[in-house]
Amino acid sequence: MAPSRSLPHFDKATLPLTSDEALMLYEDMVLGRSFEDKCAEMYYRGKMFGFVHLYNGQEAVSTGAIKTLRPDDYVCSTYRDHVHALSKGVPARQVMAELFGKATGCSKGRGGSMHLFSAEYGLLGGFAFVAEGIPVATGAAFQTHYRRNALNDTSADQVTLCFFGDGASNNGQFFECLNMAALWKLPIIFVIENNEWAIGMAHYRATSVPEIYKKAAAFGMVGVEVDGMDVMAVRAATLEAVQRARCGEGPTVIEALTYRFRGHSLADPDELRSRSDKEFWMSRDPIKTFATYVLEQGIVTQADLSAIDQKVAELVDEAVHFAEASPEPAPQDLHHYIYAD
Amino acid sequence: MAEMLLFNALRAAIDEEMERDPTVFVLGEDVGHYGGSYKVTKDLYLKYGDVRILDTPIAENSFTGMAVGAAMTGLRPIIEGMNMGFLLLAFNQISNNAGMLRYTSGGNFKVPMVIRGPGGVGRQLGAEHSQRLEAYFQAVPGLKIVACSTPKNAKGLLKAAIRDNNPVLFFEHVLLYNLKEEIPPGDYVQALDRAELVRPGQEVTILTYSRMRYHCLHAVKALEEKGYDPEIIDLISLRPFDMETIGASVRKTHRVLIVEECMRTGGIGAELSAAITERFFDELDAPVVRLSSQDVPTPYNGALEKLTVVQPEQIIEAVEKLVHGQV
Ligand SMILES: Cc1ncc(C[n+]2csc(CCOP(=O)(O)OP(=O)(O)O)c2C)c(N)n1
Ligand SMILES: [Mg+2]
Repeated sequence: MAPSRSLPHFDKATLPLTSDEALMLYEDMVLGRSFEDKCAEMYYRGKMFGFVHLYNGQEAVSTGAIKTLRPDDYVCSTYRDHVHALSKGVPARQVMAELFGKATGCSKGRGGSMHLFSAEYGLLGGFAFVAEGIPVATGAAFQTHYRRNALNDTSADQVTLCFFGDGASNNGQFFECLNMAALWKLPIIFVIENNEWAIGMAHYRATSVPEIYKKAAAFGMVGVEVDGMDVMAVRAATLEAVQRARCGEGPTVIEALTYRFRGHSLADPDELRSRSDKEFWMSRDPIKTFATYVLEQGIVTQADLSAIDQKVAELVDEAVHFAEASPEPAPQDLHHYIYAD
Repeated sequence: MAEMLLFNALRAAIDEEMERDPTVFVLGEDVGHYGGSYKVTKDLYLKYGDVRILDTPIAENSFTGMAVGAAMTGLRPIIEGMNMGFLLLAFNQISNNAGMLRYTSGGNFKVPMVIRGPGGVGRQLGAEHSQRLEAYFQAVPGLKIVACSTPKNAKGLLKAAIRDNNPVLFFEHVLLYNLKEEIPPGDYVQALDRAELVRPGQEVTILTYSRMRYHCLHAVKALEEKGYDPEIIDLISLRPFDMETIGASVRKTHRVLIVEECMRTGGIGAELSAAITERFFDELDAPVVRLSSQDVPTPYNGALEKLTVVQPEQIIEAVEKLVHGQV
């Protein structure tokens, strides 16, 4: 059994929310959850193929972090990327159509679940190899730094959020990029979603120092741990990091302690994780705890939340209809997009 | 016309393109204050500053991925591989992300970047610093691969590579940096996808690239004295091949000799031979002959190293046999 690590406590009173903000956060998390549940359904009905990695349980991280961004900021993800794409604003129908392999998908049916991209919404991918997105995200942040410092473009204050898992944090690209990001004070935030597992490898069996956020200090960088089941805690930490990045004060590591509620992918029998662990984490469901909090505080009403549940269910159904009705990529276009003109 | 050494021609290409387009920048190990391992970027940091001539830590895979991210978001990075062999450490970023990302993203992003640097067998540098790895990258979709061979084409090709909207692997050869040649003044570019006719001839087509161009020229001198008339074509583009120029030559000579520094197994020549046989079989009067370097890690010992790569005498012998129908 993993040596238990106590979850950092966040004082919610320090982050006052308007009802609009609360509803926005709730809606984004519900969208993430409903979308993924629908994916599981569609996968088992033979509508989507390949490896499909769902995000259930981790919604507070995507929503808490990405919903602090501006549209012109960048997000870089992994193969567990559907919900990051949705939080960044990529329309659900485009994501669903991509999973169906359709020409209307955000990657034109060429990418699939693990390769979601959107230039329009600042989504840099969708990277299927563990940790390979970290350098790419660092490059996007370097681009902002370059425009600001070499081209004197004062509007260049975009921030890049780079998401990856506990398993990826043992890869050299993580350490190499922390070094370069800190060295050049790049406007990037490394958000590590520590869900305690890398497929079947428990985090504590894979790493010499399980507290990933502590590794930031070796690079002279700020590193914080947050309760990744608390959307407000993630939001508060990210707001601070975004502020730091935007005004040129450099990168931040945020380690969000979280858990996935399903297997590694829809092909994973999920036999290694203990029932008691699952029960512990399920009892901290980020959507339920947030709903309870905002209701108790009187920030929103049950009617508000129910309306959102309804709206999201319709949106996800619409996404499926759109995906289903969309055309397959044309066979004669097999070679499209290999080279740019 | 001014005489220029090859490494200075490359430097001029970078300098001119950086002046022309502020999004062009250089990154790599020791490209800044040190000036590059072969002085291709000497003193450019004084003109362009430390951000545009970016000295990186020794982290090939990560700085290559960084260049991909910068290219996706609007810049035009030029990576210098201190030695192209070191890019083996960046194979993932070159293949998955530089090469394939435009396609997997369904055209969302383009990746305009150049990866250049010294390759080839040098002066007893040992196996790891004497790689012949252009063929390793040949199968990666989305990459363009170019090998320069003269100061003139080095400059024109590098400028074209920098302006291209795709990732270009640009091979230089360690033994060619000090070649001197008159080159046209000012701005000129040379098409990345066109082979160069080096010496027109009637009897046999010699297809070569990079340093082997000079072994071929050397051999042809001797062959001319014996009355032979071979044609030499420098491939320039290793991916895709300029099949138009190659085809025209094959239709004229009906015989093909490939001379490469690449290894025989899975080499550039292997792919080229297959492409020629598939397309021009009816034009051939003899099988395509390949002279490649040996399938061994490049040995340190000078005599063994010489045995590893193709020598002019082998080219002379191969041409004579081809012309006399002995293959
Ligand atoms: C380079 C590479 N090696 C191995 C894999 C197979 N693989 C896919 S996900 C994964 C575990 C990654 O775990 P983590 O980084 O914690 O992310 P999580 O799946 O928990 O979100 C592995 C080993 C891969 N995709 N890429
Ligand atoms: Mg994990």
